[in-house]
Amino acid sequence: MLLFIAMPIISVVTQSLFTPHEAVFISVENCGPFGCTEETTIDQDATKSLRDEEPLGRFVGLDIYFDRGHLAIDEVSQAWQDTESLGAFFSSLGNLPFYRAMGFTLTYTFTVTPLLIILGLFIALAVNTLHSRLKGLVIFFSLLPMIVTPLIGSLILFWMIDSRGILGSLLQWMASDPNLSLKASTGLTWIMLIIYGVWHAAPFAFVVFYAGLQTLPTDQLEAAQIDGATRFQQVRYVIIPHLMPLVTFVALIQLMDNFRVFEPIVGFNAEAHATSLSWIIFNDLGGETRQLSAASTTSVITILGVAILLLPVLIRTWHDFKGKK
Amino acid sequence: MASHAQRPRIGLRIATNGFILLWLVLAAFPFIWTLWGSFKVELDFFSISDWTNALTGKLTEETHGTPLTGAGYYGAWIQEEFWRPAINTMIVCFFVVCTSLTVGTLGGYALSRSGYRYTFWLLIIALIFRAMPPITLVAGYLLPFYEWNLWGILPTTIIVLVAINQPFTLWMLHSFFQSIPKELDESAKVDGCTQFQAFRHVIIPVMWPGVITTGLFSFLLAYNDFAVTSMLLAEENRTMVPEIAAFLGTTYTEGNVMFAVAAVVSATVPLFILVLFFQRQIVSGLTAGAVKG
Repeated sequence: MLLFIAMPIISVVTQSLFTPHEAVFISVENCGPFGCTEETTIDQDATKSLRDEEPLGRFVGLDIYFDRGHLAIDEVSQAWQDTESLGAFFSSLGNLPFYRAMGFTLTYTFTVTPLLIILGLFIALAVNTLHSRLKGLVIFFSLLPMIVTPLIGSLILFWMIDSRGILGSLLQWMASDPNLSLKASTGLTWIMLIIYGVWHAAPFAFVVFYAGLQTLPTDQLEAAQIDGATRFQQVRYVIIPHLMPLVTFVALIQLMDNFRVFEPIVGFNAEAHATSLSWIIFNDLGGETRQLSAASTTSVITILGVAILLLPVLIRTWHDFKGKK
Repeated sequence: MASHAQRPRIGLRIATNGFILLWLVLAAFPFIWTLWGSFKVELDFFSISDWTNALTGKLTEETHGTPLTGAGYYGAWIQEEFWRPAINTMIVCFFVVCTSLTVGTLGGYALSRSGYRYTFWLLIIALIFRAMPPITLVAGYLLPFYEWNLWGILPTTIIVLVAINQPFTLWMLHSFFQSIPKELDESAKVDGCTQFQAFRHVIIPVMWPGVITTGLFSFLLAYNDFAVTSMLLAEENRTMVPEIAAFLGTTYTEGNVMFAVAAVVSATVPLFILVLFFQRQIVSGLTAGAVKG
């Protein structure tokens, strides 16, 4: 495990500090009948041998971190000085690929996570009142959106909301606008991705909460009823406090998972309107020019982001562990 | 629900049942719709004029004579050779599950029985690795793999998937082994077993529920992965998910979206069967870490 995960991280970090060698140029003076011209060509052999010698490329330190594709320090400070209001500042940030991706990733993470917890909780409460025969069936169907491959799940939904698909037509009919297309507008694309995220992850929250409800002691509920608590009060003051540790658990797992949102963007073909950090890495790695160092840099930043998200949890686990000893 | 007093009022019951029905439709309808649509021609599945065409298959009947056609499946499986990625997927999944279970079982057992402080750190590191997006690691794998000429073949991908999967397997099996009382091995050792014999004769017979659950999740990871497989595999070695993504690249222009639809349905079927048979294990696996705290 250490070999295969720790080593790549080291490799990623080193790669992020290097950039490919620039081509070696040679100037040749061509003298012909019409005078001499100086021509600059790429010395293929020299370039190749240089690249073979040091496949990592040249060392540039943190330069890639600060270039336009990543943290874009220069552009940000420029925008900060030029723009008058905060709104204008943020809109100029939105033009930089890294901040645009960051914006979507954070929006996605922090809207999807609470929504799916609420939806999962409601489903769990509702399913819990069902007859036990029905429960199995309901759980079976509920698991499907979660189990299915994210790419496949998003494709299925994508085909349905296509302007010629069933949901797309329905929306057009409801908005009575035959040209409405969810793919064309940034706002609608974001909403669509968020709805997909909730659809995909709510079953997880549901299953966890449902299992938690099974461990709920009935005498507490009965005591609440004797004290005259209404149904809503029972849920609010007995059930939710009982489930609170599970809520933290689900929130933690889903924060991690949503932060690496990637497949839905490919599935929904939404690159033009929404990009995430993972998608930037994927985009840099794929294609003709494999920009390893750019991808590595984004990777390192993403890993740092995950670490920041996880920090509170790690501290808590550490305290628990010490408490156990 | 035992007592009469806990039965909700009729209005609330209707509301909850309605809500469940709504959720069921949300959860299941996309799959049923796509399954039904995969037997149609493209103009029915994406119907501009009338959405009921997708139900009745009017144009499908005009083209193929019957309202349901297997043309999409024929195109995907035979014309586009979708069986190749399907076989690759099977190979990858099989080896990923076997390897990660072997390593995970031994490692999880060792971690759960060792009282040293470093076990905590190992598990925390495992948790952090679990949190990292797999794609961030791929960048690190690519360069050495190019250098050593290992890129594009199945074994490398299997190793990478196992590595990515390992933290999770280790974490899960660790908590599972901790729920097996230590007294079991201790009594075996009192009877003269070595540590390994205790594992072999006492722990292995009782560990299957946990191993099956963990195996299911490693299978899902290997099956569902897109980022790693699409980056690390050469075109002829692709597994199903990147192949479907590749279909979209080529087929949108050819007007054969139905190939992709059929491929998507084919790739969903194994998962469907999996849920059908292993629902209990999946649910218990999801909740294992949570309910215990």
